[in-house]
Amino acid sequence: MRRERCDMSEVEGGERGGAGGGDGAGDGVADAPPPFSDRVLENVLENVLQFLSSPRDRNAASLVCRSWYRAEAQTRRELFIGNCYAVSPRRATERFRCIRAVVLKGKPRFADFNLVPSNWGAHFHPWVSTMAAAYPWLEKLCLKRISVADGDLSLLAHSFPNFKELSLICCEGFGTAGLAIIAEKCRHLRVLDLIEDCVEDEEDETVDWISRFPGTTTSLESLGFDCVGSAVNFEALEALVARSPALRWLRVNHHVSVEQLRRLMARAPQLTHLGTGSFGSAAAAAPLLQGGGSSVEDLAWTFAASKSLVCLSGFRDVEPHYLPAIHPVCANLTSLNFSFAEVTAEELEPVIRRCHNLQNFWVLDTVGDEGLQAVAATCKDLRELKVFPLDPREDSEGSVSDVGLIAISEGCRKLRSILYFCQQMTNAAVITMSQNCQDLVVFRLCIMGRRRPDHWTGEPMDEGFGAIVMNCKKLRRLAVSGLLTDKAFAYIGEYGKLVRTLSVAFAGNSDLGLRYVLEGCNKLQKLEIRDSPFGDSALLSGLHHYYNMRFVWMSSCKLSPRGCKVVAQMLPLLVVEVIRDRDEDHDNEAVSKLYMYRSLAGSRNDAPSFVEIL
Amino acid sequence: MQKRVMEEDFRKGEGRPQLLDLIPNERDWMVKDVGVGGKCFGVSEEKKLELRLGLPGDEDWSSVKEKREEHSIESALSLGHYSKVSKTIGTNPSSVGAKRGFLDTVESKTEVFQQQQQQQPGFLQLQAKGKELSQKTNGRAEQQSLEKKACGSPAAHGSAAAPCGDGAGANNSSQTRTAPTPVVGWPPIRSFRRNLASISKPSLESQNGGPETAVKFKNGRKGLFVKINMDGIPIGRKVDLKAYDSYEKLSLVVDELFQGLLAAQRDPLTAGTQKNPEEKQAITGLLDGSGEYTLVYEDDEGDRMLVGDVPWDMFVSTAKRLRVLKSSELSASSLGAVSRKRTAT
Repeated sequence: MRRERCDMSEVEGGERGGAGGGDGAGDGVADAPPPFSDRVLENVLENVLQFLSSPRDRNAASLVCRSWYRAEAQTRRELFIGNCYAVSPRRATERFRCIRAVVLKGKPRFADFNLVPSNWGAHFHPWVSTMAAAYPWLEKLCLKRISVADGDLSLLAHSFPNFKELSLICCEGFGTAGLAIIAEKCRHLRVLDLIEDCVEDEEDETVDWISRFPGTTTSLESLGFDCVGSAVNFEALEALVARSPALRWLRVNHHVSVEQLRRLMARAPQLTHLGTGSFGSAAAAAPLLQGGGSSVEDLAWTFAASKSLVCLSGFRDVEPHYLPAIHPVCANLTSLNFSFAEVTAEELEPVIRRCHNLQNFWVLDTVGDEGLQAVAATCKDLRELKVFPLDPREDSEGSVSDVGLIAISEGCRKLRSILYFCQQMTNAAVITMSQNCQDLVVFRLCIMGRRRPDHWTGEPMDEGFGAIVMNCKKLRRLAVSGLLTDKAFAYIGEYGKLVRTLSVAFAGNSDLGLRYVLEGCNKLQKLEIRDSPFGDSALLSGLHHYYNMRFVWMSSCKLSPRGCKVVAQMLPLLVVEVIRDRDEDHDNEAVSKLYMYRSLAGSRNDAPSFVEIL
Repeated sequence: MQKRVMEEDFRKGEGRPQLLDLIPNERDWMVKDVGVGGKCFGVSEEKKLELRLGLPGDEDWSSVKEKREEHSIESALSLGHYSKVSKTIGTNPSSVGAKRGFLDTVESKTEVFQQQQQQQPGFLQLQAKGKELSQKTNGRAEQQSLEKKACGSPAAHGSAAAPCGDGAGANNSSQTRTAPTPVVGWPPIRSFRRNLASISKPSLESQNGGPETAVKFKNGRKGLFVKINMDGIPIGRKVDLKAYDSYEKLSLVVDELFQGLLAAQRDPLTAGTQKNPEEKQAITGLLDGSGEYTLVYEDDEGDRMLVGDVPWDMFVSTAKRLRVLKSSELSASSLGAVSRKRTAT
């Protein structure tokens, strides 16, 4: 079933299936019109199009006509690939010749939770090798959930002499050796951000990569390595910070003690974003003032001197009596990440009540409902809240509940994004939030007990989530949990017209649930479902829409190979992957994991043996 | 359109003829359908939901009481829409069965009517309904165990509503495991956020953060990660053998890794309420056969061996994976033969 208007917008902008494709660039105009005036027109167009930056705008522009298509392709500077398998590297580089920055995303998000076997794919290598030839002037690279090897980093460092910014988010496969090559060879490096990566060293020794930065003044503006498990050479780090006058963002890992942090901060008083290491006296639990240890007052002085700080994170191994040290900067903070800090409400309160300007707050549920009430009382400008569980088990004792959610909704009316882990919730609280926080764009509620109902009424959580989609008219991302019947999905399908990302787990009663969503949510782009009773007929009800989506993930549902094959046959531009767990029978009737996505590249050739592409 | 009598906790023996309050009770409720179709969710200002705790003497709620009284919640828990939808859904019994009770939360001027499927004035009928529920809900009897948890957790007391009283749930139909054993990837927390509780406490007790940080942060020095599984626990772990230099340290780490999970397996209801790690039972005697569990490993030839026999360095170089077996099963399992049992991840 070929579609005329294949809106693969975030891939390449309106590539129609087969029509025009990559050969647009090569086509000359017809013979009749004089080439000169056309050339002038295209030049003018290029100058104008340079001002277009958003990929969606550019995709739209490229659809106007061939001339615009060519002009846009020549002037696009940033390439956004939402799914690395949706297009081949060669095709992308042939169309867009002048790219300076690339964003590349790989594995489905459920890979973060060990649902995707390792070696599934999303390798950086084919991309970096193609880009090495095609984009020698590449400056920026942002990779998310990509498998990156040290060799890839080496190729990167050697191929792009003007390389400036590297961000690796949720990536794996590389170690300190790769980092060392980046540090050494990328002489113009401004940004090296390692965010939630898995940095493992397979060789015998960890490499001292910090020492490999150029010995002269560097242009570093951002350095983040809080996810690196191995300690770095602190003297080298301190010296690096001292010779990096442009440094504004610094995030160290937990091996950096508070005393060491003070020294770094003294070297870089201009920092705006700081990620602390461990926030207690080095390793030992002995509190303060043992000859050489930092007192809280000393630390507070150091923080007070960092007048530009707007974002704090880290706080691993926090010792609560050190927390007052950050009081001097609280009033300026717009972002605070306490999600590794086990603090109680009492310990949080003196800090949070100074944070009038806070917009982003990540916290552990150890602060309890009371802590959230303190947040609600002060942080009137809060936009994003994430509450993580200290003990992420289904039956652990939860500290936050519907009470905290209600408090936040009443105090933080500008809330746009919330991620809330709890053990129990009520419809009433969710409904209240839907009424109070009309600006919500992201609502992710994770009731950790599977299929847990409203703990007051015993009812399903249908009404609560229904209220969210009804009242929060800007909602784009939704994650549901708790006991949910098909009715919840009926609400989502009916009211969630802007929803782009939907995450479902252990919910629904029948195929109808999924059907409601697929038939109703016409802006849906990313759908991830696990352990819900949706079967083939539900899957087939979305055929009209799958080409508009980035991906669909369904695991432990009620799909059969036959149903998936039908989808694959009906939609030839959809890659339908069936992923098997290692020990599974190959003749198993049920499909345990389905991952499907639109693609111009056809079936990938790097699929491992446990992936079957239908 | 009539208000129905809302039955309360029989144990308290307090019945009010016209119940206007929401009484939080972990048991099932009589819920009246708010019969205004169409407008739901706060559009109608008439529907006020005022929460009051009306269970005097129930100490578990007393502290929460003050907080809750302050929250006057406007909501239309309109189930009128539901009745339309459920009829649309038609014969799906689960959606009916899933709604185990009604919530009477509205004040007098709100009109209510009762949904026909749900005519349970009594606690006993709730019980019967609960059994219905268990049969109807797609065989997902694990709802019961989860309802059990939901009922049980706010206030620990004995049998809550009937569904809660029923025994352990059956499985998720697509995985042959028994609930509520941990499931892969649930709750959806990234691995570096797990084990925060077990990590930070030992480090405060001035251990040098060796074993657990090695496990947590995958310390890169000489990493040699092998999988380790424990009998009865579907989730396996990984340990970095090169982070330790003796069998004793390894044994300590194994204890730390699995203590929490083991406690959860043994007693799912109360394990979570223990705050101190010391209260959990330590796993000891792994090396000498004296404990309840014994540590074995699989070497590079596929043979299963007792841990502790060979010098440490030789062990590190030949061990491919570890397993914590019940000591009672040790003689039964043939050492020297590789077990091909599926190890859950």
